[in-house]
Amino acid sequence: MDMRTTSSLLYLDGITVSFDGFKALNDLSLTVEPGEMRAIIGPNGAGKTTMMDVVTGRTRPDNGDVYFQGGEHDLAKLDETEIAELGIGRKFQKPTVFDMHTVEDNLLLALKNDRRVRSTLLWRGSAEQNARINALLDTIRLNPQRDRVAGSLSHGQKQWLEIGMLLAQEPKLLLVDEPVAGMTDVETRQTVELLKEINRDRTVVVVEHDMAFVRDLDVKVTVLHEGAVIAEGSIDQVSSNERVIEVYLGR
Amino acid sequence: MISAALIRSLDRNATIFLAILAAVTFLVPFCNLVFPPGSMLHVPTYLVSLFGKYVCYALVALSIDLVWGYCGILSLGHGAFFALGGYAMGMYLMRQIGTRGVYADPILPDFMVFLNWKELPIFWYGFQNFAYASAMVLLVPGVLAFVFGWFAFRSRVTGVYLSIITQAMTYALLLGFFRNNFGFGGNNGLTDFKDILGFNVQSAGTRAALFVVSCIALALGFLICRALVTSKFGKVLVAIRDAESRTRFLGYRVESYKLFVFTLSACMAGVAGALYVPQVGIINPSEFAPANSIEAVIWVAVGGRGTLTGAVIGAILVNYAKTTFTSGPLAPYWLFVLGGLFVGVTLLLPRGIVGTYRHWKAEREEKKKAQAPAGVGHAAE
Repeated sequence: MDMRTTSSLLYLDGITVSFDGFKALNDLSLTVEPGEMRAIIGPNGAGKTTMMDVVTGRTRPDNGDVYFQGGEHDLAKLDETEIAELGIGRKFQKPTVFDMHTVEDNLLLALKNDRRVRSTLLWRGSAEQNARINALLDTIRLNPQRDRVAGSLSHGQKQWLEIGMLLAQEPKLLLVDEPVAGMTDVETRQTVELLKEINRDRTVVVVEHDMAFVRDLDVKVTVLHEGAVIAEGSIDQVSSNERVIEVYLGR
Repeated sequence: MISAALIRSLDRNATIFLAILAAVTFLVPFCNLVFPPGSMLHVPTYLVSLFGKYVCYALVALSIDLVWGYCGILSLGHGAFFALGGYAMGMYLMRQIGTRGVYADPILPDFMVFLNWKELPIFWYGFQNFAYASAMVLLVPGVLAFVFGWFAFRSRVTGVYLSIITQAMTYALLLGFFRNNFGFGGNNGLTDFKDILGFNVQSAGTRAALFVVSCIALALGFLICRALVTSKFGKVLVAIRDAESRTRFLGYRVESYKLFVFTLSACMAGVAGALYVPQVGIINPSEFAPANSIEAVIWVAVGGRGTLTGAVIGAILVNYAKTTFTSGPLAPYWLFVLGGLFVGVTLLLPRGIVGTYRHWKAEREEKKKAQAPAGVGHAAE
């Protein structure tokens, strides 16, 4: 029962996931403290996305424990919807927004609210909700595009919209998968600011390839390789770690 | 901006659509009953029933558009819900025949006497009562859709797999209803109806009334669908259609939404079937044929899915074409035309008639807006 007394927000211990004999995660252990921002890096196939799948209920681990909020919830027993309701939001690697809906409607759908069929049927807009949406639009810098359909946004704008949708859910933990992939340098810098702003009152886990971006974030870094953690620490510590150099640069 | 324009034009389109429907609802029976045969303005009774049939098809198309066009559930089994509603009404009409049947049995319909049955099966009880039969028109398709959907959506059966099992469902029912011992008249189905609510089903007055009721049902169905798709619920449906797993990660219970809309849609199809049967005078197992369900999907594709009015227009146009085509020398080639139509629409007009029109209009408005500021700039120079 020791894991139930942990103070961490997210607690992964000994997670193994295999697909047809290939071990995507191999005895992975990781803890994230409340209020922390954590960057997770690693070469392709290191298991970064699979780890997110396990946390959000998309993939069930073959072995190991996944706990949320100091061991209060066993995520391995819940499905995607239940986990989302607990307050874990996820941004996908490829931006997935609702292309046919306007920017504003995308946020409206994401806004923390009763998700059941009946309350959605009887839903009426409120001034308070409009104010929330306006505030979100300012945060993600998309106020001028609010009436555009999301499908017509640029790649970077879609990424921000998706981050905005995550914020609208008021999650306790945000999982952000490669937020700056395909962004221009200016957009990347703005995204760093945006994530820092978000981290003021929420816990964030960022998966990223872009080392310059991770350096700008300036947070604790976890390095994954072949489904397990090989190093953890500040970006300077891990980038001088021999094992990490070997994995990234080849021997 | 395109979508804002869409919403505005949709509002106007909906009003225009309802106005046209109201005019047809009034004019067709009026021209049938008031002008004598031979007059230029007379509409013969057979045409009233034919139009009534189109209106019922339009209601089925509407119900398919709701699940397919807005929620991405391609049901190829809506013909089953239509036929079940039709059978529920047919059972009521059979019980109204009474002693006027060939065998003049006061309780048993002719086919049961013919099969040497002595007693009315329990599931036929209560169908002499119109209110009970009407409740069954909604309940039977609704419950089937609910049970079917509950299993299918919970197991996350989607896309082509769902389409295939809906086909299997309607085919299984087809085989069942073909059997004499199933208790629904075997391959002959239910026919030789006499009265509905005490009125002769053959009389011009009853036929006109049935036409009007069908139009009202279509208008109600349209209003319900409109209310749904323009609400936040409708936005969730479209979200499910376009990015199902995203919707799930946002915390929406996708299967509940699908189940609700699928069941509602089945009830609408059931009502359409119930109104169809007294107007055509027969219901038999061929209504369960998988091809019928596919044909109904083609109507929606032609008219434009996700547009509601398009479904209605598509159903009426394709069926009008079918009537003209199959009554001429080209009748044997109708299925080729239908297949060609589907391929043609999919390749050349993927948005369908109404969808293409709306898109074209929205684009034009967009261009106008883009040009307006440029014009102002010139004036300033």
